[in-house]
Amino acid sequence: MLKFIKHNLSSIDGVEIYPIISLVLFFIVFITMVVFVIKLPKGKIDIVSQLPLEEDNNNKEINHE
Amino acid sequence: MEKEQFYYDNKIVKMFLWATILWGVVGMLVGLLVALLFIFPGLLEFAGSDNAISFLSFGRLRPLHTNAVIFAFVGNGIFLGVYYSTQRLLKARMFNDVLSRIHFWGWQAIIVAAAITLPLGLSSSKEYAELEWPIDIAVVLIWVVFGINLIGTILKRRQRHIYVAIWFYIATLVTIAVLYIFNNLEMPVTAFKSYSVYAGVQDALVQWWYGHNAVAFFLTTPILGLMYYFVPKVANRPVYSYRLSIIHFWTLIFLYIWAGPHHLLYSALPEWAQNLGTVFSVMLIFPSWGGMINGLLTLRGAWDKVRENPILKFFVVAITGYGMSTFEGPMLSFKNLNAIGHYTDWIVGHVHIGALAWNGFMIAGIVYWLAEKLWKTPLYSKKLANTHFWLGTLGILFYAIPLYVAGFTQAFMWKQFNPDGTLVYGNFLETVTQVLPMYAMRAIGGTLYLTGFILLAINIIKTAKAGSAVEDELAESVPLKKISGQRIAGEGWHTWLERRTVLFTILTTVAILIGGLVEIVPLILVESNVTKIESVKPYTPLELEGRDIYIREGCNNCHSQMIRPFRSEVERYGEYSKAGEFVYDFPFLWGSRRTGPDVHRIGGKYNNNWHFNHMMDPRSTSPGSIMPRYSWLIKNDLNASNLEDKMSGLAKLGVPYSSEDISGAKQNLLAQAKEIETSLRQDPEFVSNYGSSNIQNKEIVALIAYLQRLGTDIKGNSNTALK
Repeated sequence: MLKFIKHNLSSIDGVEIYPIISLVLFFIVFITMVVFVIKLPKGKIDIVSQLPLEEDNNNKEINHE
Repeated sequence: MEKEQFYYDNKIVKMFLWATILWGVVGMLVGLLVALLFIFPGLLEFAGSDNAISFLSFGRLRPLHTNAVIFAFVGNGIFLGVYYSTQRLLKARMFNDVLSRIHFWGWQAIIVAAAITLPLGLSSSKEYAELEWPIDIAVVLIWVVFGINLIGTILKRRQRHIYVAIWFYIATLVTIAVLYIFNNLEMPVTAFKSYSVYAGVQDALVQWWYGHNAVAFFLTTPILGLMYYFVPKVANRPVYSYRLSIIHFWTLIFLYIWAGPHHLLYSALPEWAQNLGTVFSVMLIFPSWGGMINGLLTLRGAWDKVRENPILKFFVVAITGYGMSTFEGPMLSFKNLNAIGHYTDWIVGHVHIGALAWNGFMIAGIVYWLAEKLWKTPLYSKKLANTHFWLGTLGILFYAIPLYVAGFTQAFMWKQFNPDGTLVYGNFLETVTQVLPMYAMRAIGGTLYLTGFILLAINIIKTAKAGSAVEDELAESVPLKKISGQRIAGEGWHTWLERRTVLFTILTTVAILIGGLVEIVPLILVESNVTKIESVKPYTPLELEGRDIYIREGCNNCHSQMIRPFRSEVERYGEYSKAGEFVYDFPFLWGSRRTGPDVHRIGGKYNNNWHFNHMMDPRSTSPGSIMPRYSWLIKNDLNASNLEDKMSGLAKLGVPYSSEDISGAKQNLLAQAKEIETSLRQDPEFVSNYGSSNIQNKEIVALIAYLQRLGTDIKGNSNTALK
């Protein structure tokens, strides 16, 4: 529905700079992130992905009630 | 280094668990109630049809349902999962017990306040942000408490690495704060009445910027965080791809917040940017669906477990629901599909796939799993949980499929033309009565889903009774070595950043704020850019009071005020809506769903008596209508005691009310009310039924004045406008 009023935005002088800024920033961040993720060492990935599974099996429990 | 002993706070998790169950039942019950009102409009008229009960009318109950499900049920469900998983992932008790308790009780108090004020009609009318300003402030304060507690816990953690679930929690925390504050900027007039600081087009843009991102950051990111913790936990295997989860996280954050302006301003972009944007949009389906695939593939090699474990079944349907709604969302943003889907029940079906499957089933799975952990006992009945699963799944299908059918039926009936150029279904009511069987099926679906959820409640209560509550669970872990705040040799910059929590959070905030600003700045500029229409004048005092009654009764829940420039809509409703017509609409009232017809050009279409009779009994003027009766509007005296305050408040926001307008407001109001009563008295039937009551002092007169004004400014009808 907003498409019927969007022309009010696009007729602002120089407004195209905003989506370009956002697109370019997003592009840079996204590419950097993908590169960073691909370059992550396997060892670290394994350690971190095991974090939820580190069970507190050896933990004792106490009941305050 | 020596291992330290400490205790996890299980009590707070349990408190949120009970709250989740309680508000889940309440929210869904109200949902079922409003679904039943579609097929039995007189269902809640306990006191007789002439004594309809204001706080039980659809327009007031619907926001109660949406707020209860989103903020009370899903909200508590999120906190439940966050408080459990954060402590374990960071190997630390929550930062501060008092803050945890303030967070819990504060949130519940807000919910109770909402449950009282919304049925009373104290509403700002903006969808999913209906709460009035004092409650808004409370929401922000409690959110800050939650924030301090979460960040504090991260700071005192005993685990160097921060698992991706926590990132999702941080993003939720920061972004919801920004969204909520910007969308709820209001000018208070009285203790429970305020006007949005934005008007018309601008208000609509801000509201749906919020609406869109609130779905992303309240109903999606925190639940994804929970998915990344609880699915591996229950399946007892690590997430399929941790790398994919990082990409999923960053893309989602930036996709919603940063890609927003290029959606809004797409046509203003130069060609290279448009091409880049298109390539991007295609690429982005991958990480978004990557999240779903990541969740489902975590269960690879464990599908035999899924058959036996009801909790995993809940997760599988939930994640599939996430995939479905994230596929449907982009589809609905295509122009031609949006033209069909908008205003119809398709949207209602779409959001319920998200709510019932993705949120509801994810939370149900987590609750079952946690019950065993928290009470140290097997679940009371696995069979009952399985029954819940099947009832719920059937409920989702019975809910969504009829509404998809209803949505398409509505869209096609609204648009169908006879060869001679007239509408086939010129009477809107035909398109309503046609889909009533679908509404009945939807109510059955809702009943099934609610029944399943009540089984969960029984199951958990029984489990809790059988088990023993462990309030504080002992754990031990090696404390983190103090290391330099500087990057150490061989340390990656992101690893370094992760351990500088505060810096990480601040940078995330800055990133989101830059993204937000890029989006907000054009929204601020738009106000001065809407083409002014000379004949559009501010509302008269009586119309203003009538508009506030329209907001109070939540008329915008069923009636839009935005006629799209389609041949079918212009034919049905009249001239399409212009941006310049809404410049004095604080807040905008365009609505998002047409259960009834659009009312933007209703002014002058019927006479005052028609409106009067229609409000008293919609069935008398429109046989088969499912609109509620508003009989209290002829009983309640119009309370105009805040009129001057309202007008000066609006004047501060830019409505050109002069000081004479304001000082003469009461007189002006009385004169216009008198005029309406005089015209009503031309009908002998009115005189015989209501001749003795002083109708000009009643609320109905103000509402009629407002309805008769709607959309008339550009018809050249100036006698109702303020001079």
